[in-house]
Amino acid sequence: MTNFMPPAAIFIIGALFVPLIKGKLKSAFMLLLPVIAFATLVKMPEGNYWTLNFLDYNIIFGRVDRLSMVFGYIFTIISFIGILFALKVEDDLQHVSALLYAGGALGVTFAGDFISLYIFWELLAISSTFLILARRTKQSQAAAFRYILVHVFGGLCLLAGIVIYIQNSGTAEFSYIGLSGTGSYLIFIGIALNAAIPPLHPWLQDAYPEATVTGAVFMSALTTKSAVYLMVRTFPGTELLIWLGAIMTAIPIFYAVLENDIRRVLSYSLINQVGFMMCGIGIGTQLAINGTVSHAFCHILYKALLFMSTGSVLYMTGKIRCTDLGGLYKTMPLTCLFCMIGAASISAFPLFSGFVSKSMIISAAAYGKMTIIWLILQFASAGVFHHAGIKVPFFTFFSEDSGIRTKEPPLNMLLAMGIAAFFCIAIAVFPAPLYNILPYPVDYVPYTGAHVVGQLQLLMFGALAFCLLILSGYYPAELRAVNLDTDWFYRKGGRLFYYIMDKILNGLNSVSEKVFVGGLAGYLGRISRDGPVRAALLAMVPAWVISGKAGEKLDQKKTFLRMAIETGTSPVGINAAWATIFLVLVYLLV
Amino acid sequence: MKKELKIFDKPKNVKRFLGFFYASLLVLLVLDFFIHKHAEFPWEGAINFFAVYGFLSCVLLIFIAKILRIFVKRDEDYYD
Repeated sequence: MTNFMPPAAIFIIGALFVPLIKGKLKSAFMLLLPVIAFATLVKMPEGNYWTLNFLDYNIIFGRVDRLSMVFGYIFTIISFIGILFALKVEDDLQHVSALLYAGGALGVTFAGDFISLYIFWELLAISSTFLILARRTKQSQAAAFRYILVHVFGGLCLLAGIVIYIQNSGTAEFSYIGLSGTGSYLIFIGIALNAAIPPLHPWLQDAYPEATVTGAVFMSALTTKSAVYLMVRTFPGTELLIWLGAIMTAIPIFYAVLENDIRRVLSYSLINQVGFMMCGIGIGTQLAINGTVSHAFCHILYKALLFMSTGSVLYMTGKIRCTDLGGLYKTMPLTCLFCMIGAASISAFPLFSGFVSKSMIISAAAYGKMTIIWLILQFASAGVFHHAGIKVPFFTFFSEDSGIRTKEPPLNMLLAMGIAAFFCIAIAVFPAPLYNILPYPVDYVPYTGAHVVGQLQLLMFGALAFCLLILSGYYPAELRAVNLDTDWFYRKGGRLFYYIMDKILNGLNSVSEKVFVGGLAGYLGRISRDGPVRAALLAMVPAWVISGKAGEKLDQKKTFLRMAIETGTSPVGINAAWATIFLVLVYLLV
Repeated sequence: MKKELKIFDKPKNVKRFLGFFYASLLVLLVLDFFIHKHAEFPWEGAINFFAVYGFLSCVLLIFIAKILRIFVKRDEDYYD
C-alpha cells in the first residue's frame, strides 16, 4: 500500500482548504486535487483496503475492482473538467460544494460496505443542494428545497433497506443483492430515485435547470451515474430494470420536444440516456454491462459538454429559453461547435462517442431477442437525436436570429469544453483504451458497414422528419409554458394535501369550537346556574297547581321561588318539602 | 468586436446546405443495397429499414408530443 489516502478523501479534505487560499494559488490548488486523485487511482491495486472496524462492522473505503475503477476514472476526469470550467467563479460556496460532491461520488464508488456508502450517499445529496442554492434566485431556493426533500426521502428508503440488510446478513459489506425481500426493494427504490427512474425522476428536470451554470455540470455527471454504478453492483440482471429502462428512454423525449428551457431539455435527455444504462443493467449479460459502463463513461463527458456549452450561453447572455435565443453561432462559433460535438455524441453518430457505447446495449437487447425493447430503444435513439441532437443546437445557435450579440465565454470555459469535446471524438475514433478498462473482456466491433449505415439512416431520416415538420409548420412551437410531470404530485399535490388538511382540521376545529365552546359549554353553564331553580320549579309547580293556584298567583309564586333559590334564601317550607321527598325516596328504595 | 459569421444569412447557403443534406440521404439509401448484414431480427435485414424506422419514429414522436401538450401544458407561473 503506497497510497496514503482514498481518492474521496483527497477531494473532501482539499475542499476544506479552498476558502483559505486566494487568487491563482487557489485555482492551481483546485485543479491539482483531481490530478492527485487520478494519480492515486492509477496506482491503486485491486482488492479491499482502507478498512476500519466500527461497532464490529467492517468499513471499507477502498473496494477496488474493474467496475469501481472505471467510475473512479471518469469521476476524476469530469471533476477536473468541471473545476476548470468553474475556475473563474468567485464563490467559495460553489467550489467547496462541488469538491465535496465529487468526493461523495468517489466515496460511493469505492465503498465496500453500506455504512460508509450511506454517509457518502448523503454527502452527494447535501453538497449538490448547495450548487442549486448558490444560484441565489427565488426559483432556485424553492427548487433546492424540493430537491433535498426528495433526496432525503430516497436516502431514508436506502437507509431502511440497509438496516434490514445488515439485520439479515449480519454484515455491512455488500455486493450483488438482487430483488428479494423488503430490504432489497427499499435499497432498490433508494438507488432508483437517484438514477431518476420514472416515476421517481422529476427532481432531476426540476432542479438541474435551476442550478448554477457551473454547478449543473457536476450535477449532470455525478448523482445519476453514481446510482448507475451502484445499480450495476447490486442489481445486475434484474428483469424489472429492462422495462423500467426502456420506458425511461421513451417518456422523457416527448417532454424534451415540448420544453422551452434548454437546460431542461438536456435534463430530460439525461433521463433518457440513463434509461439505456438501466436497460443494460437489466439485461445483465457481459455485453450489456460493458455497454452500460462504457455508456456511463461517454455520457458523463458529452452531457457535461452539452451543459457547459449551453451554460456558457446562459453565462454570457443571461438567457436559456428557446424562445429567447437563436442565431448565436455568429458570435459564439466555438461554443456552437462544442455544443454540436456534444449533440453528435449523445445522438451516437459514427465517430462520436455515443456510437461505440450505446450500440453495445442495443446489440445486447438484440442478442437476447427482446423485440419490443429493441424497437423502443431504436425509437428513443432516433428521438434523442431529434431533441438533444438537433433541437438544442438549432434553437440556441441557429434558427431565427434573436438579435443577441455576445462573445465567446472566458478561456478556461472554452478549454474545459475543448477537453470534453476531445474525449468525445477520441473515444469514438480509438475505442480500444475505453474497452480495455471495462469490467468484462470486450469482443465487440462497433464499426461494421451495417451498423454505420443503419445508424446513419436512423439519424439522418429522423433529421429529415425534423426538417420537413419545421418547414411545414407542424412542429410544435416553442412556448413559454410549464409542462406537468410527476413532480405535480408533490408540488401541487402537496398544496392540495395542505388544502385538504387545512379544510378538514380547521373545519373540525371550528365545528368543535361551535359545539363545545359556544354551545355545550354555554348550555352546561346555564344548566348549572339554573339547575336548582328548574328542579325546584319542577317539584313545586305541580303541588301549587294541585292546591288550586293559577294565573297571576302562580307566576308570582314562581318568581318568588326563583329569586329565593338564586339568592340562597329559600323559605323553611321548601327545605322541609325537600327533606320529606328525600325521606320518601330513601324509604321507597331501601 | 470580431467579424461575425453570417453564412446562414444568405438563402443561397441555406439552400446549399439543404441540398447537401438531401444528397447525403440519397447516398445512404443507395449504400444500403451494398451492405453485408448480419441481422438478429428479420426486419433488420430489410432494405432501408432504418431509414423508414428513423423517419416514422420522429413523426410519431412529434405527433404524440403534440397530443401530450394538450394535457400537460400550463401557464409559466402555474406553480407560483
